[in-house]
Amino acid sequence: MTTPFLDARAQYVLRLADNALVLAQRLCAWIGHAPVMEEDVALANVSLDLLGQARLWLAYAGELEGAGRDEDALAYHRDVREFRNVLLVERPNGDFAATTVRGYLYDLWAHFALSELARSKDDRIAGIAQKALKENAYHLRRSEDWLVRLGDGTQESRERTQRAVNDLWRYTGELFLGDDVDALMQSRGIGFSPEALLDPWLERVRESFSTATLEVPADAWMQRGGKQGVHTEALGYVLAEMQVLPRAMPEATW
Amino acid sequence: MVSIQTVLRWLDEVADPEIPVLSITDLGIVRDVRYVGEALEVALTPTYSGCPATSVIRADVLRALREHGVENARVAVQLAPAWTTDWLSKRGRERLREFGIAPPHAALALGPVVLAVRCPRCSSDVTHEQSRFGSTPCKALYRCDACGEPFDYMKPH
Repeated sequence: MTTPFLDARAQYVLRLADNALVLAQRLCAWIGHAPVMEEDVALANVSLDLLGQARLWLAYAGELEGAGRDEDALAYHRDVREFRNVLLVERPNGDFAATTVRGYLYDLWAHFALSELARSKDDRIAGIAQKALKENAYHLRRSEDWLVRLGDGTQESRERTQRAVNDLWRYTGELFLGDDVDALMQSRGIGFSPEALLDPWLERVRESFSTATLEVPADAWMQRGGKQGVHTEALGYVLAEMQVLPRAMPEATW
Repeated sequence: MVSIQTVLRWLDEVADPEIPVLSITDLGIVRDVRYVGEALEVALTPTYSGCPATSVIRADVLRALREHGVENARVAVQLAPAWTTDWLSKRGRERLREFGIAPPHAALALGPVVLAVRCPRCSSDVTHEQSRFGSTPCKALYRCDACGEPFDYMKPH
């Protein structure tokens, strides 16, 4: 029988899994479409890292849940409302500026989140986080570099990047909004306080944006709900593409 | 029961599927070999979370053990401490260079200091990074300004 604590921990790990999985799926759609060859390779690499992280998180979430679902069952046989990723990662790729900004906002959050989780009292969570943190360092360096190049680039690239910032900003609030699952995990020394990440995150965003000559949007309404399974319309399309084969042929193997 | 030393020698003949000049012990991913009851358990650590070579290596390890007559064996995945390129053996670094891949600098140098990467073909230090991401998760793409050859650099990790 699952206890509420185990249940919360499974939820917690599932959120981490879905963030990585959905962003990995989004990024792999760039393969063959990136503006230059090196970026095609880079986006594929980042996507692959995230997919690997997602697999580690999903496998653990499945074990914690104890219902016999493995990583594939969790990735391919859940519907939109069962996904627990933050809204930011499901937003459409848009142009290269939108993908870059989304990546930067997420990578920076992940840097702080994984740094906390690397010290988790749950050894498995700490182990996955320590590994993911090293990969995240390369992702963040790349997305920050591009943010500056595009923001402080041509008039066109700056406009597009600022537009992406303005469009995506409303999805960042949720990253720093804790709920009862977060609170329970934090009280057990397993998780962290999402609220506590806001200041260091914002400080670094201000620095990067300043270098990139971008403006930080004013405080405004923030969307929320992804962590609880209430998603934007965009996620359904991501899952339709990602899940179509295993759903049509559940027994298919390579 | 076969001794751990012998098993380690066998594992030293299992090649990395992506960089076949390296053995998995050169790569530093064999973290432990132990008996759990009667079963031989090999603890491997993945290089990158998403590295597709991981599942191939697992199968190769079990095959190698089977070929040496060990049927009761399994592979355990050990995530922590996380793999670092600092675990590459000295011999492994030399083999990488001969293979045409520049071996990684110490992972501690990951900070703002950028160290020159030596061309594995002509040994010039005048090279530049083309792309921080390369043909596999563990490599970056470089080009030598002296001999003009592009080459892979195994990223410090």
